Amino acid sequence: MTLTLATEAPPFDLPGIDGRNHSLDDYADVPALAVVWSCNHCPYVQAWEGRMRELQRKFGDRGFRLAAVNSNDAENYPEDSFDAMRERAEQQGFNFDYLYDEDQSALRAYGAERTPEVFLFDPDRKLVYHGAIDDSREEEGVTQEYLRDAIEAVLAGEEPAVRETPAVGCSVKWKA
Amino acid sequence: MDIEFLYWEGCPSHPEARQLLGDVLAEREIDAKVNVREVRSQAEAEKLRFPGSPTIRVDGRDVDPEGASARPSLVCRIYHKPDGRVSPVPTREQLEAALS
Repeated sequence: MTLTLATEAPPFDLPGIDGRNHSLDDYADVPALAVVWSCNHCPYVQAWEGRMRELQRKFGDRGFRLAAVNSNDAENYPEDSFDAMRERAEQQGFNFDYLYDEDQSALRAYGAERTPEVFLFDPDRKLVYHGAIDDSREEEGVTQEYLRDAIEAVLAGEEPAVRETPAVGCSVKWKA
Repeated sequence: MDIEFLYWEGCPSHPEARQLLGDVLAEREIDAKVNVREVRSQAEAEKLRFPGSPTIRVDGRDVDPEGASARPSLVCRIYHKPDGRVSPVPTREQLEAALS
């Protein structure tokens, strides 16, 4: 079951490609936290990951943090293994946390269905936006920057005007 | 002309790819039947040498020969645009070249 709006962020404690574990509590002082279901192999993620970097760059100095989470079954999808995550992050110059949910416990708790799929939390860790990063896989076709606008709203202490959109992307890969 | 369109329902790109294929066929006034087949399991993906969704073959030849040899799998297939960006659907140019 996917998290519903205004729900509190479920806790997690996951290894990151930086060699450290990252828990929800580690982000306690962050005024706007985007937990984004992601992975390596999906062309939708690859099309959007530059925009994920750009959002972290644009809002990082105002305290925004983006944590990408890969829960995919690495046995059947080896492109999404932890080692492959490290390689991709290095190749692509990720400036955000990239976490590995090997036992899929975070996936179960958040109920993500697609990659990429955004869960944006306010300072009280309540879900204030859920769905797509923007309205077009092709950067030149974007007319609505949902996540950017939602981050702006949260950082201004307001509610996002658009709170839910359909996430478009690859299905998450559950273990058998 | 024998055109095969293989897709996996778990990837949302196939309607867009079918539309693009239909547009290119119409523009080129090619009156060919497109054999559409859903790939439902990993075993089927292996049997059909299905490297991801969608996969389009014209007279048995993949519209993106470079990607055709990828491991058979139920995934969204990655196509590369001329500018290096990736896409979950083939480019119009790839389809045009395959149909010429």
